[in-house]
Amino acid sequence: MATPQTLFEKVWRSHEVSAETADTPAVLYIDLHLIHEVTSPQAFTVLRERGLAVRRPERTFATMDHSTPTRTEQVFGGAPIALEDAARQVSALERNCAAFGIELLGLRDARRGIVHIIGPELGLTQPGKTVVCGDSHTSTHGALGALAFGIGTTEVGHVFATQCLLQRKPRTLAINVNGTLQPGVTAKDLILAIIGRVGVGGGTGHVIEYRGETIRALDMDGRMTVCNMSIEAGARAGMIAPDETTFRYLAGRPRAPQGEAWAAALERWRQLPGDPDARFDREVDIDATALEPMMTFGTNPGMVIPIGGTIPQRADDPVLAKSLAYMGFAPGERLQEHPVNVVFVGSCTNGRLSDLRAAASLLRGRKVAAGVHMLIVPGSQQVKREAEAEGLDRIFLDAGADWRESGCSMCLGMNGDLVPKGHYAVSTSNRNFEGRQGIGARTLLASPLTAAACAVRGRVTDPRELL
Amino acid sequence: MDPIRTLRSRTVVLPVSDIDTDQIIPARFLTTTTREGLGRHLFADWRYGSDGSPRPDFVLNQPAAAGCTVLVAGHNFGCGSSREHAPWALTDFGVRAVVSTQFADIFRSNALKNGLLPVLLEAPTHRWLLEHPGAEVTIDLEHTTLTLPTGEAVRFPLEPFARYCLTHGVDELGFLLDRTAQIEAYESQRNQP
Repeated sequence: MATPQTLFEKVWRSHEVSAETADTPAVLYIDLHLIHEVTSPQAFTVLRERGLAVRRPERTFATMDHSTPTRTEQVFGGAPIALEDAARQVSALERNCAAFGIELLGLRDARRGIVHIIGPELGLTQPGKTVVCGDSHTSTHGALGALAFGIGTTEVGHVFATQCLLQRKPRTLAINVNGTLQPGVTAKDLILAIIGRVGVGGGTGHVIEYRGETIRALDMDGRMTVCNMSIEAGARAGMIAPDETTFRYLAGRPRAPQGEAWAAALERWRQLPGDPDARFDREVDIDATALEPMMTFGTNPGMVIPIGGTIPQRADDPVLAKSLAYMGFAPGERLQEHPVNVVFVGSCTNGRLSDLRAAASLLRGRKVAAGVHMLIVPGSQQVKREAEAEGLDRIFLDAGADWRESGCSMCLGMNGDLVPKGHYAVSTSNRNFEGRQGIGARTLLASPLTAAACAVRGRVTDPRELL
Repeated sequence: MDPIRTLRSRTVVLPVSDIDTDQIIPARFLTTTTREGLGRHLFADWRYGSDGSPRPDFVLNQPAAAGCTVLVAGHNFGCGSSREHAPWALTDFGVRAVVSTQFADIFRSNALKNGLLPVLLEAPTHRWLLEHPGAEVTIDLEHTTLTLPTGEAVRFPLEPFARYCLTHGVDELGFLLDRTAQIEAYESQRNQP
């Protein structure tokens, strides 16, 4: 009998052009290569220097998201992009895609958005595919049962030229989540709790598979939030076995298989979940029922506590001390009731429709507290249209929040959407690194529900108080 | 890429764990479309004050750091973003090897493709290096050893393929392009979209 295989092993094996040996890595075939304006220009330069073509332009797909403006007048109104370098990157991507025959969803395309939002949204991301992008949050696409991971720009060039990558086979880590998430506790709280448990380097060298009844009960948006932050635990990829929830999500999407091809694809995809006796190199069990809304207090996503908890005190930990000094917090302090200056809802972690609905559910009929800047940035233009069709934009604007065009925006501030120095920002994004949202910015990562509650009160607030 | 066989240098020590790539080079410097000249932005927010002048207390600004090519950092170096600008900034600054007890996967992969050597050490040797800034070390890629000033040589793991590429100055793209026939065969036997 064949050795039982995990989901990851099935996808890996079926993409081996050649298997790894003691002396050489595997040659792994890539089904879908997503590119954007920030990590592709230097890879195109290599193609030009070597006189190479893009081997499979039809498997390559471009959009722009990182450095693009979110102000409507700069996207659609003919106003110039405020940042000169960003404008140069955008036009370089346009030129490169035209020269190498790559489909580009450009700045004013109705389908544009954050690359990790639009891949699944368009049905490009599918179970069993290998998906790469020059961006570490490519792990998001694993929520559909794809093997998806971030790569560097040199590797972007490798995929351009050969549609392949040289890879050592990673180890496997199962994260088994069982129990029921309580009201007010979301997929974001779950993944923050997982990172707190595993640590920011705990998943290094591994591909995570999230399993268990709690994961099965999540909708696709929630699953994408979980897989998105796998990299914050050090794992390049996070995967969830495809099931009826996955298939319902994909059915009818523009780039998903249609008609007879859909039936054939379903048959293939149903074979993907791991065999019952498949073994993982490591397993971690999480009890979802005990989880509370989570918030980070430090300068990496592993520095996280339940929102009602206290900041740890460890006298012999210089890294914690450095981090708390940056954040302006004291050991033993509570986060709750701490004043907040900025609230950001958006990013590839929490910029999907259900995230906006969650924020709107707490903002409806309420106001953003005086002195707080709340920025809400949809993950894609489609998310924006769907939110507006439901009237979510009215709720946000009536509450006094700022409602923008899609993009990465304040998650990393490349486009000029920045948190001022010293300000506290409750953010639904994925990284609270020093300076990530602006020089001296102090980021508190949380769910969209928690972010909205903090915006209304102007202080760190447990969303359950406002439900 | 120039072949590397041995490196000999005094160390610069940055005793911070979980140094992420946003610290190595902040996102506002990623709007470039070339890979050159990023060394001036290396550790920008730790290295420069708000007026843009070098902070005298930051280790890379101190006279002892001049000419050092080996950076000793805390556990889990290079976590976070996939930006290859991080190794580009390090190598442009003059760093040829980073020593730690763990490297983030994407950083490690990017580093090796740019002739920047991730030297993974066991905790005791790493601790010794953290406690002895400026120690003269020799890194030998042929034998994958790091030799301390005491003469003690410790092994570090480096997969044979990466070692071959570094010591021969071979880039992986050439290796992949040589496998075009296999890639074509794979594509033709596979009918999946």
